[in-house]
Amino acid sequence: MARFIIRRVLEAIPSLLGVSILSFIMLHIVPGNPVRLLLGQHWTPYRAAILTKNLGLNKPLYVQYLVWLWHALHGNFQFSYVYDRPVTGLIMQALPHTLELVAVALMMAHIFAILLGTIQAYYAGSWFDQTVTVIIYFLYSMPQFWIGILLVEFFAITLAWFPSGGITNPANPDPNFWSYVYHLVLPSATLAITTVAGWARYMRSSMVETLVQDYVRTARSKGAGELRVLFVHALRNSVLPLITLFGLSLPTLFGGAVVVEEIFNYPGMGLLYWNAAGDRDFPVLLGIIIFLGVITILGNLIADLLYAVVDPRISYN
Amino acid sequence: MQNPVVVESEVSGIQEVTYSYQGRVWRRFWRSPFTIAGIAGLLFLVLLSFVGPLLYRVNPLTPNLLHILQPPNGQFPLGTDGLGRNELARVMVGGQSALIVGFAAALTSMVIGVLYGMVSALAPRWLDTLLMRIVDIILSIPSLFILLFLDAVFQPSVVIMVFILASTAWLGVARLVRGEVLSLKTRTYVEAAEALGASTWRIMIKYLFPNFLGTVLVAATFGIADSILAIATLSFLGLGLPPPTPNWGADLSTAMSYMYQNSWWLIYPPGVCILIAELSINFVGDGLKQAFDTRMGM
Repeated sequence: MARFIIRRVLEAIPSLLGVSILSFIMLHIVPGNPVRLLLGQHWTPYRAAILTKNLGLNKPLYVQYLVWLWHALHGNFQFSYVYDRPVTGLIMQALPHTLELVAVALMMAHIFAILLGTIQAYYAGSWFDQTVTVIIYFLYSMPQFWIGILLVEFFAITLAWFPSGGITNPANPDPNFWSYVYHLVLPSATLAITTVAGWARYMRSSMVETLVQDYVRTARSKGAGELRVLFVHALRNSVLPLITLFGLSLPTLFGGAVVVEEIFNYPGMGLLYWNAAGDRDFPVLLGIIIFLGVITILGNLIADLLYAVVDPRISYN
Repeated sequence: MQNPVVVESEVSGIQEVTYSYQGRVWRRFWRSPFTIAGIAGLLFLVLLSFVGPLLYRVNPLTPNLLHILQPPNGQFPLGTDGLGRNELARVMVGGQSALIVGFAAALTSMVIGVLYGMVSALAPRWLDTLLMRIVDIILSIPSLFILLFLDAVFQPSVVIMVFILASTAWLGVARLVRGEVLSLKTRTYVEAAEALGASTWRIMIKYLFPNFLGTVLVAATFGIADSILAIATLSFLGLGLPPPTPNWGADLSTAMSYMYQNSWWLIYPPGVCILIAELSINFVGDGLKQAFDTRMGM
């Protein structure tokens, strides 16, 4: 297992280098000279020359890349054009909020996808199964931002059950844990609904295949209750597709976080990225892209490892 | 496309109607009611956004400050927005850019993806690995982030928008086509063509392409849905195509800012239009998938 982890981490290095090269290329297709942007109104040819030299922009491109990579490896992703603060600091401030949001959404998505998929598979072909299939098809075809808007309209405005944005109540100087949870409900529900819509049918078809296996019949004939058969015996085998989907869904979930954070004014990476895109603050944009690339590659690694934990037939030795 | 051939069976003497491969695909495609619903939905949207403005001659850009935030009524069938602009006219014109850009982006990404995938599958091993690694790397970055970045850099027109959307959409196609070609190129008829001295180009165009055309068509259909969704999302986020031309995503974003004034009628029309587009295209895509699946109904 340890050897497998080491091998996978080593294999991830070329991908990470690739992401960094790609980001560096993107940094250079940006029109406009960063020196001009940084100096703004204080631009003079003399100052520009000095800053160009200080930033190393007079060196050949591959040297610039290596220097940039060296700084990036030390967590230095340049300074934001707009906030005049290190990009790393801005990201570290926003990242926890997004991770909270994505983690809660992932948890809800797993619970609902497993429950819905299992019940659908158990009653395959019934009116319940068909109704849920149709509803999921609709939800799958709905734009995520529209789902968010509809949730705000019903649960924040009409019913006023949940707040429509923010991470805590700004009027309360000392928010407790439940205040955070309360503000997390609608944003994470928006993310989770789209995810469940994508996952439930995989769970259903995987469960349908599992339920006709011999060992399920054996478990039943040994007198195991239906709930035990479903959630202890069958679930283990049918949950494997969800683990693959978990790894594959991370980029989509972070993409969804941009939309959700914009709707709910939730100060995470998505909102930071969105503001930076509006301000054309390129160092921030690239810093976030690299961070997400790293997180995605790590997520896929975790999915591979989880595979071995859930399914003892898969071993990485 | 449909050319039934009447064949008299030699054994029983019974006449049978057989169809060419294309004919069978065509018939299977129209068999599902969902496919027909999907085609109907698409027709509705095309009529709404391209013929609608010719019949309902109201300028979607004219503000009318005497009639701001009017709920649906006789004069304004879908109400008015915060500047008193006619919502029905806006929904109609808004569909034009969504449909045109969606179709064009899907088409562009197909061309790039098919070429890239074929080249990768037929290239030497090291080049294939390199080309696919590039695809993997770009895929590890959430596509919305790349789209927002390019959008911010280029501040696009309609044509540039098509290429921006295609810049991430071709990746999946390339992977798909590479897989198809890898499995097809070991078939005997391809080997036979090679032995007869057919050039790589000829093999690509004449022997490989027709055999994965079905897969590509299905992917292209879902690609249209993805592109329409992507451009709506970008517009909702305030990028996408520049104002003032209305579009569904941007109109939903404006609708959100008036939600607290209880203007419920603004959040439905653009959203429903996007939903109809996505549902219809997904239905058609599923129909094509079944029609081309040669394991079925042969």
